[in-house]
Amino acid sequence: MMQLLRPVLILVRKDILLEWRSRDLVVSMLVFSLLIVVVFNFALNVTPQQVTVLAPGIIWVTFAFAATLAMNRSFVREMEQGGLAGLLLSPVSRDAIFLGKALGSFLFMLLVEAALLPVFGALLNFPVLSFTLVLTIVMATLGFALVGTLFSAIAVQTRSREIMLPVLFFPVILPVIIAAVEASSASIGSEPGVGLNRWLPLLAIFDALFLVICPWVFAVVVEE
Amino acid sequence: MLGNGVRQNITGYLVVLSGLFMLADLYLIFVVAPTDAVLGHVQRVFYFHVPIAIMSFLAFFLVFLASIAYVVRRDGKWDRLAHSCAEVGVVFVTVALLTGIIWGRPLWNTWWTWEPRLTTTLILWLIYVSYLMIRSYASNQQQAARYSAVVGIVGFVDVPIVYYSVVWWRSIHPSPVVGPFAQANALEPIMLWILLFSMVTFLILFTYLVVERTALRNSEDRLLGIRLVARRAGR
Repeated sequence: MMQLLRPVLILVRKDILLEWRSRDLVVSMLVFSLLIVVVFNFALNVTPQQVTVLAPGIIWVTFAFAATLAMNRSFVREMEQGGLAGLLLSPVSRDAIFLGKALGSFLFMLLVEAALLPVFGALLNFPVLSFTLVLTIVMATLGFALVGTLFSAIAVQTRSREIMLPVLFFPVILPVIIAAVEASSASIGSEPGVGLNRWLPLLAIFDALFLVICPWVFAVVVEE
Repeated sequence: MLGNGVRQNITGYLVVLSGLFMLADLYLIFVVAPTDAVLGHVQRVFYFHVPIAIMSFLAFFLVFLASIAYVVRRDGKWDRLAHSCAEVGVVFVTVALLTGIIWGRPLWNTWWTWEPRLTTTLILWLIYVSYLMIRSYASNQQQAARYSAVVGIVGFVDVPIVYYSVVWWRSIHPSPVVGPFAQANALEPIMLWILLFSMVTFLILFTYLVVERTALRNSEDRLLGIRLVARRAGR
């Protein structure tokens, strides 16, 4: 267990250090997300009466787009100056590399979402302090990070990687978006409490399933 | 796998067989089958739509199995099978969506509804189009095989989750239309037999297309190998 955990933590520490020194990913995700909210406000003409109906959808479209931004950068950073080759040559299992990269992206996304949530609460006028909402965000973001890290590793090796990632990512992640939107509207929206006993287990099943599959197929992706 | 001559024989038989079955099927659908009392002639698209949709699911299941076999065994023949099934599957699922739209218009009075089966089929279409895209964007054959195997596995595992999430989503957002099989018990025996015949017809057509496409992939790979050798020889 320690043998798996130690390289994972070292990899996460490296990614955090890299982000701490440059701060380009988190800042660009934050600015991008705020822009999307502004665009949505005018595109949907959000009025105080509809806001509880529209807020979950706006939140999750924003988070999903911000996630693709984070995923796009995740392996691009490794490709610069042959970082990925170095990682793969190091005596560490591929599972550890995958989990380290996924955990790093997961933490960045959570950080951005934690910063955005009060802003959304203020702009869209809904209560932020809901335990189920936070639980939904954590579980859905884990799903984003797992699937996104896998497809990021694929997309970065292909031509036109900026297009390939969302094309691969969104169809597979759709159940997470559906479940997250529904669980969020059960937490903050117009229908309190409806369907939480379905959507939270669905998110948990998705996360558990892809936590098993993704490290396995990641080994297939990175072998050369 | 099989010798060249044997394979050509099989393809020959399959093409004749599927041609004969298709003619018989068309005769059954347009002459023998009774006209639907409520929907009229447009109901006949049903005999094409249902078998094609089922064959596309079969195709993606085969992609899934062949992808796992490729990941485990690393034999190029599994990749060729997966690639062929995915291509034929995308064609079939496109036709299934289009015939579904034609059929849905008189049946539900709308071209499209976000019903679980329709939505899942649309998501399938998107997943396997991205499967074919990743193949063409990969930088070499081995990379294309590995990446598409990953998409073939992850995409198929995702399908039941997509289906159930849409089923539950619909139970929250009800809509007045009914499912396509709500009137299934109203199907007359003769209609059921024709449907089964149609199913066999499309199974033969599907097998023929996959066999033919796999043979084409074999030729493509061999040509690629010859070109590589020729380039190394300095030509």
